[in-house]
Formats: sequence, structure tokens, C-alpha cells
Amino acid sequence: MTPLLSVAGLEVRYGDLVALSGIDLEVREGQILAVLGANGAGKSTLLKAITGLLPPAAGRISFDAADLARVPAHRRVAAGIAMVPEGRRLFASLTVEENLRVGARAGRPGPWALPSIYGAFPLVAGIRTRRAADLSGGEQQATAIARALMSNPRLVLLDEVSLGLAPVVVKQLYATLPQITAAGTTVVVVEQDVRQALAVADHVHCLLGGRTALRAPAAGVTVADIAAAYFGTAAGQDAA
Amino acid sequence: MTAGPGSEVEQPPARRVVRGGLDSLVGAIVLVVGALVLAVLPLVVSTSWTSRLITLCIYIVLAVMWNLLAGFGGMVSIGQQAYIGLGAYGLIVLADQFDLDPFLSIPVAGIVAGVIAVPVSFLAFRLVGGYFAIGTWVIAEVARLVTVQFDQVGRGSGVSLRALAGTDPTARIELTYWWALGLAVLAVTGSVLLVRSPLGVALTAIRDEPTAAASNGVDVARVKRIVFVVSAIGCGAAGAMLALSSLRVQPDSVYSVQWTAFMIFMVVIGGIGTLEGPIIGAVVFFALQQALGDYGSTYLVVLGVVAIVVVLAAPRGLWGVVGRGGQVQLFPIRYRVREARSAPQPTAPAAPPATSEEAL
Amino acid sequence: MIDAIVQGILTGGLYALFAAGLSLMFGVMRLVNLAHGDIAVLAGFGAVIFVQSAGVSPLLALLLVVPLAAVLGYAVQRGLLTRTVGPSPLPSLLVTFGLSVVLQNVLLLAFSADQRRLPSGSFTQQSVPVLGLSIGLLPLAIFATAVAVLGGLSLFLARTSTGRVIRATRDDPEAARLMGVNPRHVYGIAAAIAFGSVAVAGFAYGTTTSFTPTSGPVLLLFAFEAVIIGGLGRLWGTLVGGVLLGVAQNVGAYIDPAQQILAGHLVFLLVLAVRPQGILGGRAPAAVTA
Repeated sequence: MTPLLSVAGLEVRYGDLVALSGIDLEVREGQILAVLGANGAGKSTLLKAITGLLPPAAGRISFDAADLARVPAHRRVAAGIAMVPEGRRLFASLTVEENLRVGARAGRPGPWALPSIYGAFPLVAGIRTRRAADLSGGEQQATAIARALMSNPRLVLLDEVSLGLAPVVVKQLYATLPQITAAGTTVVVVEQDVRQALAVADHVHCLLGGRTALRAPAAGVTVADIAAAYFGTAAGQDAA
Repeated sequence: MTAGPGSEVEQPPARRVVRGGLDSLVGAIVLVVGALVLAVLPLVVSTSWTSRLITLCIYIVLAVMWNLLAGFGGMVSIGQQAYIGLGAYGLIVLADQFDLDPFLSIPVAGIVAGVIAVPVSFLAFRLVGGYFAIGTWVIAEVARLVTVQFDQVGRGSGVSLRALAGTDPTARIELTYWWALGLAVLAVTGSVLLVRSPLGVALTAIRDEPTAAASNGVDVARVKRIVFVVSAIGCGAAGAMLALSSLRVQPDSVYSVQWTAFMIFMVVIGGIGTLEGPIIGAVVFFALQQALGDYGSTYLVVLGVVAIVVVLAAPRGLWGVVGRGGQVQLFPIRYRVREARSAPQPTAPAAPPATSEEAL
Repeated sequence: MIDAIVQGILTGGLYALFAAGLSLMFGVMRLVNLAHGDIAVLAGFGAVIFVQSAGVSPLLALLLVVPLAAVLGYAVQRGLLTRTVGPSPLPSLLVTFGLSVVLQNVLLLAFSADQRRLPSGSFTQQSVPVLGLSIGLLPLAIFATAVAVLGGLSLFLARTSTGRVIRATRDDPEAARLMGVNPRHVYGIAAAIAFGSVAVAGFAYGTTTSFTPTSGPVLLLFAFEAVIIGGLGRLWGTLVGGVLLGVAQNVGAYIDPAQQILAGHLVFLLVLAVRPQGILGGRAPAAVTA
């Protein structure tokens, strides 16, 4: 079975700075991939390239066997890729419900709509008339995840959902993950919280300095393996 | 990072950081020679040409001043005509009503405009960006509307300069020219020194990243205010020059927003955010004006279209094209890293603290 | 004096309509269109062409000019102004200023500097007794139109799907892209709305006041002053600002007819000095981040 998402030889630059180099990546439908790495390793850059916010300098990104090169960012959600961006990026002056409605614009058919979202995320239902700017971190994150789901994506990219949140809130958010994957949705999770990521992932991919440091099924790695890949094993190797 | 004698390690070439270079030496020579030539010009050319060159000098001052404010300070003003008008009227008032020597009144009128700019800045700085721009225009309109209240300056019909009545025209024009040339040289030199100074560095920092500048201890408001006032002084002196050379001011002409249109054109065509750009732009504008003759509507349409095209297609202006985008500089502003060998080979400039690559 | 105040209120509605488009473009794409007033004048001249050359009734001319203006707005935004959207305000200010100069002078070449006026049919003469005052039907109709358009715009932004998308793009264009929104298209829509609404305002203005090709800048200043007096970021604040400006001008004219515009400027400067955030001072909320 061909993987849903396939990245080959990806290179992304910010001007002269090479942020990602030689990235090969595959995710099969229905699986959860965790992308790990320290700050600056290139995790968010990878997600931005997949969603089309950043153009690749080299390499190929394929979704459902189709090359995404010609698909601009605002068309990718119609293709089935949704992202929960780093820092939530809710529409501040809109209410929670309005945020969700904007998320549904792509209009892909599927199980997620306002009623089912509110059913699956009672927290979000409770704050639906509140302005996004007035929400707490955890409420924002739940709303952002719900907003991404409103487009009925086949692939959801979660960028650092634990950032800035209390551990108990992070646990609650990750507890909602099974509802996302229940319908067969594929998930890529970018995380700094290694244990949390390992607890949910099928596969892990570690980035270090823009390159792949480790690529393995989650069952086969230990936290120690991850730590080595996170920071680099050889003395003097750049960690960021 | 030097190793001891007999070391096997490859040494990186020693580097030195210089501010000038061959190009700025050439530039300095050209400018000094040029200024000297211009200074003796009235003795060789006709009076009518001397008179026209006064206009060129005024254009240079205006372009340099607008560029200082917008290109270096990041403050786009479409209301500098306020100070042009205040300077022009100031000269008439100082010369006719206070019996000050008309030529000495030029710098005084400039200072007066600068003094007025101080309280104005407190109002104007409450706005930023595009709204700041329109705000400066409102202020210019207020200046005009208030000026025409006064009978002493002829209300809406304007007033003539009486102090120089009866003087020999040739001598008057020559003297006016030398003052104008002096003003232009002062404006250029002053802006070079300002940009080179720590104030200039702070200014570029504010233009590029105000929050970072403020957190590094730059008093943003004070620096901006200084530039705002300096620009007002320069425009005021230019306005005084206008009054002196045409011997008459009319409110609708001296307070006209068309001056802003001219300043924008000169700076944009020449190269915004550089020191060489406004001078080039002023010369080009002056040449166009001499060639095409009038200020008619067609002329203005062409000006506007050219300015739009340049902003979109060649944002660095003429100097950006000729000067290879900052590689060449006639004024020694930017720091460069040079190999410490015999002939200086300019490498890619180190992070420029002063004139930034991105003027727009 | 009361009459002056009432006239000021009615004029204020028109000023608010002028301001709406300026403020929308700034709110959505951080772009101040210095040619904003000139578009109103262009619309006025467009109506003049339709009425004089095609013999069309003024109302029909209005219905033709407004959609044309909207289309022009979309085209100018996507064709020209889109290249100037970005962190620095310089390019957009320079380009729109250039556009203003070009527009005014093209109109001068095409139409000369003669004063024009749009016919308002039987409206001009009639007046209506309200609360003991005799109020002109035309100013009243203009005020009603202005409020209706402002109300419609407000509802459009608050209730419709496109309005929601515009607000979302205003808050965070990159996140909007992730939701399937093309920000450039949204900016075009915002410009279309701005040009269309200012065309209505320009038409209305042209029925009460003579205008020339160079009347644009003063309208830009009125729009700007209404925005600042009212307070950034609120549509109804702009109405308040417009009304205050109109009242200030008319009271000033009542005291001294030559000082009408200066009175408005002075009140604007006063508000800027004393309450810079505007009467209904609100700020557009910043994007929600981590």
C-alpha cells in the first residue's frame, strides 16, 4: 500500500540558511508519526513545507501519490491536509464557533461538523461563543485542533501542541487523539515532549540540525535512543 | 588566532574592517571638485543659468531632507510642504518686518521651521505608518490655512519680498546662488555625518526593527524627533531659499502638496535610503524639468507612472542599479571586511550597521 | 446654530461612508490608500459621463458606477497593490500616492478643471420638517444611505461567510491559508468593497457639492479625520467620528464661513492631542499566539 504522505530528498532554505536537508519520510494512512527534535532542528519547517507555506528548494512531497509541488498552500486543505499550527494561530477577533466555521470552508465531506465536533470536544462546545483572544492556552489548543478537524482532513499535522501548556492540560489534549484517529485519519505530531509523543506514536522521526538523526518504529526505540538522536552522539556536534 | 612558528595549521587571512574604500575616495574627490566647479560657475555662465541652478540646489536639499525622514527614518511624510511654506513666509517676515538681512534670514527661517516642528512632532508621532503620512498632510493644510489668516502676509494672495527691492539683479542672483549652493553642500554633508554618527546607526536600527532597537536602549522617540526636526529645518531653509529667489510667496504654491510629489519622485528615482540617491534623483528631476519645460498635467502623469514603476520594478532606484545595490558607495558609510593584503579586494560587506540593504 | 449642528450630523454620515473604505483596507491589509479620495472623484466623473453623454438618470448612473468601481478596486489591488503588501508601509504609500497624482492629472486632462455637480433631481428643493427644523431631503437621504451602507457592511462582515473569512484573514493571513483561504483574493474583495463604498460616497458628495479633478485629497483628509476621531478598528466609531467632524466643520462655518475646513482640522488635532485612541477608542486585537 502506498504511503499517504511521502517526502523524498526534501531541502528547505530560509535565504542562505539550510533549514532542512535530505529528508526522507513516509506515513501510512491511519498511522501516527512523531517528529522530534530540539528547537531549531527543523520540525516546524518540515510541517510548513508539507502544508505549502514554505517552498522546497529541492526534493518532492507527495500526498496520496500526487506531487504537491504545484498545489498552493490554500488548496492543500481541500486535498485533505490540515494543520494545527505552532502557537495555535486562532483568529483572535472571531469567536470559537466562527473559527470552526472558517475551518470548515474547504468543505470536504466527512464525519466532522459542528454537532459532532461539539460532541467529541465538550470543552470547545462550552466556549463556542467566546472570543478566541479571551481563551486560555488549553482552550485555544483544543479549539485549534477542532478547527483543523472541521475540514475533514485525511492528514492532520499537530505542531507543538504541548507548547506553553501545563502537563495536565497536555494530557487532556492527547487524550482526544484517539477520536481523531478513530475515523482513520493520519496524524503527524511534532513534539518536544518525548515521552508523550512516544506514548501515542507508531513511528518516530528525529531531526537534528535539519537532517534525519533517527527513523524507527516507536515500539523499537527507547527514550535513551531518542535522547542520543536529539542531542547528537558525537562530541562537538551542533545540537541546534 | 595566530599559531606559533612552525605550525602546520592553515591560517585564515587576517582581516580588517574599513569604512571607506577606493569608491568613496573617488566619490569624495568628485564631490569636492564638483562643488568647486559649481562655486565658480556664476562667473562663467549666464545669469539665467545661475538662476536655474538655484532651483537645482533647492531640489537637492529637499530630496536629501525627505530621504532622511523616509529612507533612513522610516517616516513617510506627505506634509513637508508645511515647513517649506513656513520657511518661505518666515524669510519674508524676518527680512521685511524684522529688518534682518535677507540672506542671514535663510538659516533663521530654517530654525524657525524646526522650532515649530518640535510640538508638531508630539502630535504627529501619535500616528504611525500611512496614518502618520496623512496626518502630516493635515498639519501642512493647517499651516496653510492659519498663514492665510494674517493680513501682514497678504492673506490668500501672498506677499512679495521688499527687502531686496532695488538691488542689482545679477549680483543678487549670484549671491542667492552661493547661498543655495552652500545650503545644498551643508545638507549633503550634514546628512552624511548624521548617518555615520551613532544617531544614524540608531536611526537605521529603528527603521528596521523598532522593538529590538528600543530594547537595546535606543530612545526611539528622541531619535525620530531629532530627524523630524532636522528635516523640517532643511525644508524650511529650502522654502526660505524659494522665497528669496522668486521674491514672492503665494500660499497655494509654497504649501502645495506638489512639493511632496516632487520630493517623492526625486528620492524614489534616485534611490531611497541611500545618500547618493537623492542627489541623483534631484539632478534627473531638474534635467527633466529643463527639457520638458512646464509642469503640465501630462508631465505629472508621466512622473507618477514612472515613480510607480520604479517602486515596483526597481525599488533601489537609479543608484541601486548603478551602484550595484550598495556595493559601490560614494559616501563612506558602510563597513566592509577587507583582506589585509596589498590591494584591497572588497568582499561581501559585513552586516551593515548603517545603510541597510533593504531600504523598502 | 442648531441647524448647523444638524447639518453637521447629516454630513457626518457621508464622511463616515468615505472613511469606511479607507479603514477597511487598512484593517484587512494594513494598506493606507492615499488615492482613496481620488477614487470617489473618479466615480463622480464616471457618473457625469453616464448622465451627460448617455442621458442616463442619476440613480441608474449610481447603479452602474458602483459595481464598476468595485471591479476596479479588485483589479487595482490584485494587479498593482498586491506587490506592495508587506511589513514596510513605504511601497504602498509611494504607489498609492503616485496613483493619486496620476488619477488627478488624467482627470484634469480629460475633463479640465471646471467644477462639476451631479444632478439630484427633485431632491434638491425639498425639505422635511423635523422637530421644528426644516431639513433638506437630500442631506437626509444621503445620511440614510450612508448609515444603510455602513450597516450593511457591518452585517456583511459579522454574519456572512465571506465577511468571516475577511475578518479571519485580517487577523492571521497565514493561518487563513491553512484553512483554504487565498489571502490575495480576500484583499481584492476588501479593495472592491472599499472602492465601491467610496464610489457611493463620491456620488452623494457630488450631488451636494461641486467637485473638480483635484477634489480627491480633501476627501481623503476628511475620511482620515473621521477614522482617527472615531477610533481605529470600529465601524460605528467611524460614524461617530464622521459626525463629530461634520458638526465641527459646520459650527466653524457658522462662526466664520471661511473657516469650515480649518475648524474640522483643529478638532481633529485636538482629539489627536487629548485622546489619540479616538472617541470610541478601540484597537484591533492582535493575533492569538502561544
